[in-house]
Amino acid sequence: MLVPKHEVLSKEEAEELLRSLGIKKEQLPKIKATDPIAKEIGAKVGDIVKITRESPTAGKSIAYRLVI
Amino acid sequence: MIPKRISAIKFEVLSPQEIRRMSVGKIITPETYDDDGFPIEAGLMDPRLGVIDPGLRCKTCGGKAGECPGHFGHIELVAPVIHVGYAKLIAKILNAICRECGRILLKDEKRDKFIEEIEKRKKLGQDYEDVVKEVFRITKAVKKCPHCGEEQIEIKFEKPTFYYEGEHRLTPRDVRERLEKIPNEDVLAFGMDYKAVRPEWMVITVLPVPPVTVRPSIILESGQRSEDDLTHKLVDIIRINQRFMENKEAGAPQLILEDLWELLQYHVTTYLDNEVSGIPPARHRSGRPLKTLAQRLKGKEGRFRGSLSGKRVNFSARTVISPDPNLSINEVGVPQVIAEELTVPLFVTEKNIEIAREFVLRTEHPKANYVIRDDGKRIRVLDANREEIADMLEPGWIVERQLMDGDIVLFNRQPSLHRMSIMAHYVRVLPYKTFRLNPAVCPPYNADFDGDEMNLHVPQSLEAQAEAKVLMAVQEHILSPRFGGPIIGGIHDHISGLYLLTRGIKKFTKEEVMSILKPLSIEELPEPKEDGYWTGKQIFSCILPDITIEFKAEICQGCEECKKEKCEYDAYVIIRNGELISGTIDEKAVGAFKGIIIDEITRKYGNEEAKKFIDDMTQLAIRAIMNAGFSFGIDDEDIPEEAINQIREVIANAEREVERLIEAYKEGNLEPMPGRSLEETLEMRIMRELGKARDQAGKIAGRFLGMDNSAVIMAVSGARGSMLNLTQMAACIGQQSVRGERIKRGYTYTNRTLSHFKPGDLGAKARGFVKSSYKEGLSPIEYFFHAMGGREGLVDTAVRTSQSGYLQRRLINALQDLKVEYDGTVREQTSGMLVQFRYGEDGIDAMKSFRGKAVDVKRIVAEVLNKE
Repeated sequence: MLVPKHEVLSKEEAEELLRSLGIKKEQLPKIKATDPIAKEIGAKVGDIVKITRESPTAGKSIAYRLVI
Repeated sequence: MIPKRISAIKFEVLSPQEIRRMSVGKIITPETYDDDGFPIEAGLMDPRLGVIDPGLRCKTCGGKAGECPGHFGHIELVAPVIHVGYAKLIAKILNAICRECGRILLKDEKRDKFIEEIEKRKKLGQDYEDVVKEVFRITKAVKKCPHCGEEQIEIKFEKPTFYYEGEHRLTPRDVRERLEKIPNEDVLAFGMDYKAVRPEWMVITVLPVPPVTVRPSIILESGQRSEDDLTHKLVDIIRINQRFMENKEAGAPQLILEDLWELLQYHVTTYLDNEVSGIPPARHRSGRPLKTLAQRLKGKEGRFRGSLSGKRVNFSARTVISPDPNLSINEVGVPQVIAEELTVPLFVTEKNIEIAREFVLRTEHPKANYVIRDDGKRIRVLDANREEIADMLEPGWIVERQLMDGDIVLFNRQPSLHRMSIMAHYVRVLPYKTFRLNPAVCPPYNADFDGDEMNLHVPQSLEAQAEAKVLMAVQEHILSPRFGGPIIGGIHDHISGLYLLTRGIKKFTKEEVMSILKPLSIEELPEPKEDGYWTGKQIFSCILPDITIEFKAEICQGCEECKKEKCEYDAYVIIRNGELISGTIDEKAVGAFKGIIIDEITRKYGNEEAKKFIDDMTQLAIRAIMNAGFSFGIDDEDIPEEAINQIREVIANAEREVERLIEAYKEGNLEPMPGRSLEETLEMRIMRELGKARDQAGKIAGRFLGMDNSAVIMAVSGARGSMLNLTQMAACIGQQSVRGERIKRGYTYTNRTLSHFKPGDLGAKARGFVKSSYKEGLSPIEYFFHAMGGREGLVDTAVRTSQSGYLQRRLINALQDLKVEYDGTVREQTSGMLVQFRYGEDGIDAMKSFRGKAVDVKRIVAEVLNKE
């Protein structure tokens, strides 16, 4: 698989994430809504995407991005 | 006090009225001082412009030198001149306005649209430059004025300050008149604020004269005054201005006036910027180009990069470094002369006043240089006032005492690429004139002693001293945050010495043991072996703390099955409860960057113990190598006739094989490798054949040199050099390459590298294979090919260092305010933006990891098993 797994967070999950990090949406890294993977999973502007990657240091790592 | 905050800075162009308003007087004479040495009124050194001589008072504000900031004067130019800095913008504007009515070459509605766009972007804080660019682009193409219908002629700009309308040359006066005609509303369309910049202000009519404090004259030893470059330039301007005026009043011919006008333009241009292309720079009498206004600001040594971003510091020293193995790794030897100059403040309290007094009263080395009273006045301690000061001393004063043993200082070597480039050391005042440091700390600084210089800084506050001791001390940096292993450890002779000491079973008498262990504080000797001798492994064990580890040494041959303690090369190191049972100590055990033992001690007993181990280890190693005796000379590469013959044969065989390959290629019998052309296949196979031959030659040489050869000892233990270096010295240098290929450049049209070969010769010799060794010497042709390869290497390193330096600078600028928060996320400090959700994706501090791994399971298992 060339592109790591992306999934859209539900509203509750997104709120929980922002609360646990203590940040506003805008402080997250961004991904364009026109990005092929964003189109593929049907992410819309304002959604938060969860990315699960293979990592050489940690084995598996999780990142989040705000769709813009 | 209410702190004042700057919310914005606005740059404007000075208008002639503004210049006159801020001026304290018109400057009319080019003379500076009269015969008695007093400044002339209305001259360039007019006393109203401020004071520089101490004792005098300013005629304008009454301030003394240092208090008075200086005041501007002005020169009324007889005719206007172009400001070089705005010359290009003036050209653009001239092409954007009507030559007759001075209106912008746009219909009003269109102009308003552009102004609106500019306003919008300004409000949003965006760049509006491209809108202005668009305005200039459109207006330049307009042929007829939409307001008065005048035909437009394109104005050609000629560097640096000339404008031509067709054949006709525009004088600065013409230019100014046209710019004056532009209505304020039109100015907005050029992205300019007419209150801040009227276009005609970019043509100078009144020149401000900077205060004398900006251009102080210096008095030479001969008592002569030497004026600043700016003053010289202003003298020129006033002189020409005067001449121009006289000629004009006398009604001189137009031609002469024009020449003078041009001369005035030249002087004003060079006054502003003396590096304008297209005109010769104004020079000093000595032929040195003058440093005028632009030169003061520009470049590395300019006001911005040289005086504001970077400044010189006090309490610092710099000198050549040299090694001293008797120092601890966290000490630095400071020359006495430097220690007498640098000072540490001693804050006098009731408790230490007697100590402070003693420093003041002392007449040699750790004495007081200065005393700072509680009112902040600094007094130099001299023989004359020493006792007087000691009597007056009271709490609240500061005594600046000279640097002495035990003080903490920061030690630094450029380029400061990582945090280990600046570390805190304890001072040891020593004779002679170099900084001395333990050779074991060379790797973190990347220092050697071929003339390197290093800097030293003395922290002045108690807080800074405490931070230096706790955070920056050398032992805090034994483990590198780069790879989680030790960066400080044994080098060169330390490794050779321990290798000689611990390899195999070496026997030492009591006298030898005592002499080797002499510099260390070891109180009890271990029990000797049954025959009454001590082994090298026992001696090494003396400095080991209680640790238990096993690993393969650097000299490990990589056998298919490891025989562990029964290793025939003595390459399997076993340390049990601080006792070296088997194996040889080499680079893998104690070397910088590798040092498994150092790593283990740091983790088990901490930095202090590791520091002690490195100190002991270096001392022991040096004693051991001196006991064994170790030297290396040219005849250490001597190999017997037999070996030479074998090497010759190997190379001859390889050359024959190359010939055979070329033959096969020419006949078309060569089978191409997958994905390669026939030529590439041939090249690769030849390269491989010749590489193999060199390796074989090296093996033969190595075999005949034997394991007792000092070069071989250094290479296998990892102390210095490699087997490849040895091969090249003793057996065969091998293929020379440019851009990773055999050498093929040269006479391309006949396809040969040198005229000594037949066209199209692909043989080993013709393409840069060097079969001689460095010891034998190279043939002229070999030497030439070797120089080609060598030059490429030099160029590569030069290019790489500059490129990686710039990359590093940019990375540091981009990453400098990222911080790992307590929740493990990496955030940008100012905006709170998230950069990483977990530092390095695994949240591990590399410095506290086991060479990058968070937990070393094997180690834990071994530790637990050992306890049982």
